Amino acid sequence: MTPEVFRVEQRREEFPGTFTLRIRGERAKNGSPAEFQPGQFNMLYAFGAGEIAISLSGSPRDRDGYVHTIRTHGFVSQALERLQAGDLLGVRGPFGCGWPLSAAKGKEVLIIAGGLGLAPLRPLIYNLLGDTQSVRNIRLFYGARRPDEMLYRDELAQWAGSMEIVQSVDHGDADWAGHIGVITGPLAGAELDPQNTVAFLCGPEVMMRFCIQTLTAKAVPESAIYLSMERNMKCATGHCGHCQWGPNFVCKDGPVFNFAGVQSWFNIRAL
Amino acid sequence: MKNLAQLLREHPFFHGMDEEHLEFIARCGQNCIFNRGEYIARENAPADQFYVIRDGKVAVESYVPNHGSLCLQTLHSGDIFGWSWLFPPYLWTFDGRALDEVHAVRLDGKCLRDKCDEDPKLGYALMKRFARIVTDRLHTTRVQLMDVYNQQRPPLDSGQ
Ligand code: FES
Repeated sequence: MTPEVFRVEQRREEFPGTFTLRIRGERAKNGSPAEFQPGQFNMLYAFGAGEIAISLSGSPRDRDGYVHTIRTHGFVSQALERLQAGDLLGVRGPFGCGWPLSAAKGKEVLIIAGGLGLAPLRPLIYNLLGDTQSVRNIRLFYGARRPDEMLYRDELAQWAGSMEIVQSVDHGDADWAGHIGVITGPLAGAELDPQNTVAFLCGPEVMMRFCIQTLTAKAVPESAIYLSMERNMKCATGHCGHCQWGPNFVCKDGPVFNFAGVQSWFNIRAL
Repeated sequence: MKNLAQLLREHPFFHGMDEEHLEFIARCGQNCIFNRGEYIARENAPADQFYVIRDGKVAVESYVPNHGSLCLQTLHSGDIFGWSWLFPPYLWTFDGRALDEVHAVRLDGKCLRDKCDEDPKLGYALMKRFARIVTDRLHTTRVQLMDVYNQQRPPLDSGQ
């Protein structure tokens, strides 16, 4: 699968070192880019630097282009960071299995995000908010390092009108009105109906591990917990084996997994 | 309006306690209100109480010279604030400050300490519950220290 050429339509700095690109396909003038499911990812190709897997973080209903939130970390993301509106990049995708929306039907939905983990969850939030009838309620638990390192702050304020949002930071500032401490604190204190709850998690693995412990201690079944994993990706099509995780290829079988199915792999160190 | 014994009985922290002990603890308690900004505890001051927060938000803080107060954690409705009353030297280890109007039940730790010496069963029941709070706080502090969000790699970025 060869990359398609996309053009950066808009670049927005979320906070230093983290930025969001809105991109539009060059050929898509006659048609929309391929549809995606919340939780899927694209391979973004910075010409001359290489390719990396980045989750889709825009609305699946937006058929004009894709949105990706990227943190500068390695060589490729540094090259992507230098892109400005009008610059070109290559895109392959969308790839992978996303969040199972059907699992949320009629349930109390807990969306648990840590740091940049809100990015792959945002398309899910858009979909759920677009069809609130299908679920009992939606709650977002969002943990981050500092208030100014939270993603999509304007939208968080907007969403607060339609769902309960609990935000927690490790280090607050004078204006911070949310929790200070780890997100497992408010999660542990939340009242929920465990047999009618479904949880979608994305964030650092350590954070997800502690959140899963909190959820299972509250009797949420392991089969009602879904998480998005990250591993090195190369081909993104299940051929090269770079992303192998136990018997799974994260690019093809994931990145979203049901916890009941991957529990034994999740607890193995350095797998 | 619920009496204190009833309030404590319904609080998860006191679940499973003997009725007679609960009644005694309730007799050591009183409702109190703190205004926004008011200190509930000051670091190094004698710690002779603990609080069941009924409503409002409490900042657990430490004063850093030339910097000001540093908030380490916030406590909310349903949380227990204060365990220093149970362990020598019975001094508060941090400041506790009301971030909004806080309604709480203040429990007299000094009176409970004396009673715990006389009645080891009550002492053990309380010690078990407070040990849980201390370990929970230690756990969350360790996770905060791990600075997990800083180490986080971008979702799916191979980092190459
Ligand atoms: S990236 Fe090649 S198999 Fe998944």
